[in-house]
Amino acid sequence: MQNSEILSLIKNKFPELLAEETPHGLVIPKTNLLDVARFLKTELGFENCHCVTAVDRKDRIEVVYHFYSFTYHFMLTLKIILSMNDLTVESVASLWRSADWLEREVYDLFGVRFLNHPDLRRIMNPDEWTDYPLRKDFKREDFIPRPVSPGLKG
Amino acid sequence: MIPMLLSGLAAIGFIAFSAMFLIWLERKISAWIQNRMGPMMTGFHGTLQPIADTIKLLLKEDIVPKGVDFLSWWLAPFFVTVPVVMAFLVIPFSPKWIALDLNVGVVYICSVTSLCVLGIFMAGWGSNNKYSLLGGMRSAAQIISYEVPLLLSVLLVVMEAGTLSMQGIIHAQSHGWFILKPHLTLAFLIYFISATAEVNRVPFDIPEAESELVAGYHTEYSGMKFAMFFVAEYTNMFIISAIATTLFLGGWQGPWLPGVVWFLLKSYGVIVLLMWMRWTLPRVRMDQMMSFAWKVLTPIALLNILISGWFMVK
Amino acid sequence: MGDLVTINMGPQHPSTHGVLYLELQLDGEVVVGCKTHLGYLHRSIEKIAENRTYTQFIPFTDRLDYLASMNNNLGYCLAVEKLLNVAVTPRAQYLRVIIAELNRVVSHLVAIGTFAQDLGAYATPLFYAFSDREKIVELFDSICGSRLTYNYMRIGGVSGDIPAGTEQVIKDFIKYERKQLIEYNELLTYNAIFLARSKNIGILSKEAAINYSVTGPILRASGVKWDLRKEEPYLVYDQFNFDIPVGTVGDSWDRFKVKLDEIEQSLRIIEQAIGAIPEGNPVSKVNRVFRGTGEIYLRTENPRGELGFYLVAEGGFNPTRCKIRSPSFSNLSALEELIKGLNISDAVCVLGSLDIVMGEIDR
Repeated sequence: MQNSEILSLIKNKFPELLAEETPHGLVIPKTNLLDVARFLKTELGFENCHCVTAVDRKDRIEVVYHFYSFTYHFMLTLKIILSMNDLTVESVASLWRSADWLEREVYDLFGVRFLNHPDLRRIMNPDEWTDYPLRKDFKREDFIPRPVSPGLKG
Repeated sequence: MIPMLLSGLAAIGFIAFSAMFLIWLERKISAWIQNRMGPMMTGFHGTLQPIADTIKLLLKEDIVPKGVDFLSWWLAPFFVTVPVVMAFLVIPFSPKWIALDLNVGVVYICSVTSLCVLGIFMAGWGSNNKYSLLGGMRSAAQIISYEVPLLLSVLLVVMEAGTLSMQGIIHAQSHGWFILKPHLTLAFLIYFISATAEVNRVPFDIPEAESELVAGYHTEYSGMKFAMFFVAEYTNMFIISAIATTLFLGGWQGPWLPGVVWFLLKSYGVIVLLMWMRWTLPRVRMDQMMSFAWKVLTPIALLNILISGWFMVK
Repeated sequence: MGDLVTINMGPQHPSTHGVLYLELQLDGEVVVGCKTHLGYLHRSIEKIAENRTYTQFIPFTDRLDYLASMNNNLGYCLAVEKLLNVAVTPRAQYLRVIIAELNRVVSHLVAIGTFAQDLGAYATPLFYAFSDREKIVELFDSICGSRLTYNYMRIGGVSGDIPAGTEQVIKDFIKYERKQLIEYNELLTYNAIFLARSKNIGILSKEAAINYSVTGPILRASGVKWDLRKEEPYLVYDQFNFDIPVGTVGDSWDRFKVKLDEIEQSLRIIEQAIGAIPEGNPVSKVNRVFRGTGEIYLRTENPRGELGFYLVAEGGFNPTRCKIRSPSFSNLSALEELIKGLNISDAVCVLGSLDIVMGEIDR
C-alpha cells in the first residue's frame, strides 16, 4: 500500500477534498480531518493511532498524525497545516483513545487547541504556565538556547 | 510482691533482648534467602547491628505530624506494647520458670494478645493519614476475623488436655506431642495460619502492605514510638510461637537439655518458619484473606471440633 | 455508596515506579476514579534535541528509558541513519542486535522483579533478578565503560568493538540464565498466591489495547501476535529464528508471563547471533557532523513497546524537530480505565504489570 493509493481512495470518497501528496505524507485541510480520520479508521483499517505530534515551521505549525494499519503493515503520515493565528483543530480522541494523551501533549508543548477534546489540560508542564516550550519563539529568562554549532571538520 | 516485680523486669529484659535477636535473625535469614550476606560490619557477622539500630532510634527526633488525634496518637504505642508484656505472665519457659501458672492461662493469653488490635487501630486513626487509616481498618478486620479460627483450634487442644493451665497442657503431652495426633495436626495448621495473620506477617501483612499503603498504621511514627511498634511486632511473633510450642510441640519437654533450652529452641524454630515464609511468598489480597478466614478456616476448624469431640465423647 | 476518599498515590510512593502521581478516588478500598498527573521528570528532551547536533543527542536518549538505554540508543541511531543515509557494517549490525537483546533481558528482569515486589513478595525476587542483571551490567561496563547510561551506539556503528572474551561471557550467561528462568517459574509463576493475585486482574482486551495504541509485551499479552522484529524486521532480525510469546486473556499474569517468555526468546536470538557474528570493523567510516533534509518516523521494538523517533531535518546541523513516541506513555494511558472498580491492591498490581518507566513518559 502506498500514500498515492490512500490518496486516491480518500479522493473517491470525498470528491471535493483538497488533499495533496507530499514526499512525507498526505496533507489535508483541517476542516475535513474528522471525516477523513473516521474513513481511515472504519473503512481502511487504520485501527492504531500511533503518534500525534506537531512541528513548528516558524510561519505555520504542522500537526502530524501517524496512523498504522496492522493488516497492510503500513504507516500513514497525515498532516494538517495550521496558520499561527488560528491554532485549532478537531480532536480525534473520540476515534482513537490513544490520541487523548498525545493531543494533550501537543497542546501542552505547542499550544494547539483541540476542539471537542474530552479533557484538554496541560499534561507535563504546570497548569499555570502560559508559554509553549517547543515553539521556536519560546523565550524565558531561564532558558538559554545553545548557540548553533559551526560544525567540526569531519 | 518482690518476686512479681522481678519477674516483670525479667520479662521486659527478655523482650528487649529477644526482639533484638529476632531483628538480627530476620536480617540474616532474608540475606541467606536472597544470596547475600546481610549486616556484617558491626561486630561478628553484624551481631551488634540491632544495638546500633536501637541507639539510632533512641536518638531520633520524635516527629508529631500536624492534626493528629493527640491522645490516641500518644497512647497507641503503649496499647500495642503493654499486652505483649502482659502475655509473658503465663508463658511456661520451664517447669519452674513461669511467672504465674494461672488455671485459665490459655484464656488469659488469648484475650491479652488480641488487645493489640486496639493499639493498631488507634495508631491508624490518630495519625491523620489516609494510608494509616486504611492500614488500621484492614488490621482491625483481619485480626478480629482470624481470632475465630485461632480460638477454635486452641479449643481443641483444651478439649484434648482437659485443662486451661499452660503447665497442665504441657504435662498432658508427656506421652507424645499433640501435633502428632491427626486431628491436632490439622488444628496446628489452622492455628499457624491464623497466628500468621494475627501478627501481620507475610502472606497476611495486609495492614502494613508496603507496596500499597507505604507502611500502613505506623507510617507517621518515628523514633522511639516506631521502635515500640517494632518491638511489639517481633515480640508478638515470639509469643505466638511460644503458644504453638506450649500447645502443640510439647513445651519444655525434651531429652538431655534443660527445659528452657528446649522451649526456646522450639519457639525459635517456629519463628524461623515464619521468617522463611515472609521472604518467599507474595501477599494475598484483603478480600481473599477475609473469605479464606470465614469460608475455609472457620468451617474446617468447626468440623474438626465436632468430629473429634464426637470421638472423645464416644 | 459511602463517602469517597481521595488518596494521593505518589509522586513519592513505593510502587509508582518513579515519580508518577495518581489521584485515586476510593470508595472504601475500591478505586472509583483515577486521575493521572505526569511531568515530575519532564526535562524537555525534545527541546534539547533541537539545540544539539545529531551525535550530541545520543547520550540524552539514554535518559529516556533508563532501564533499556541501549535500545533507545539503537532506535535513535537507526532513525538518523535512515534520515541521512548512513551505511552500517555487518559486524556492527550483529553487535547491535546482541547488545540490544541483552538489554532487553535486563529490562525484563527488572520488570519481573519489581512486579513481584508490588505483589508483596518482599525483595527476594527482586534480588534474584538484580543479581542476574548484575552480570549483564558488568558486561556492558567492560564493553562501554558505563553501568546504566551506556551511550554505546553511534551513528554508523557502535563506539568500539567488544573486548576479547566477551563472547564466552555471554555464552556462559545464557546457560546460567536458562537455569534461573526455571527457578523464576518455580518461585513465582505458578505460586498459588501469585496466581490468585494476578490472574484475571486488570484485563485489557485486544480491541482496547489497539485503541489505546498499547505496544510491546502488553499488546502481546492481550493476544495480538505482533512484534516489530518479526513483522517489519530491522537490522538483521530476519535472519534469526525466534517465537513471539502471546498471552490469552490479557490480565496481569499474562503480561508477566509474556515478559518471562521473551527473556528466553532473547536468549535464543543472542545465541544465534553470537555464532554468526562476522569479522570486520564495527565502526563505519562516517563524518562526525551530519546535515541533511527530510523527515523520518522510525519505530523499533523496545522492551516496553514500540519506540518511535520522528525526526524533521531542514538542512542544519540540528534536527528541527525530534518527537519521541515513547511506549510507556501510551501504555500508561490505558491505566485509568483498567483500574476502575478494582481494589487498591489490584491497582498496584496492574500498575506494576504495565511496567512503566517515568523517564520516557515525561521525557
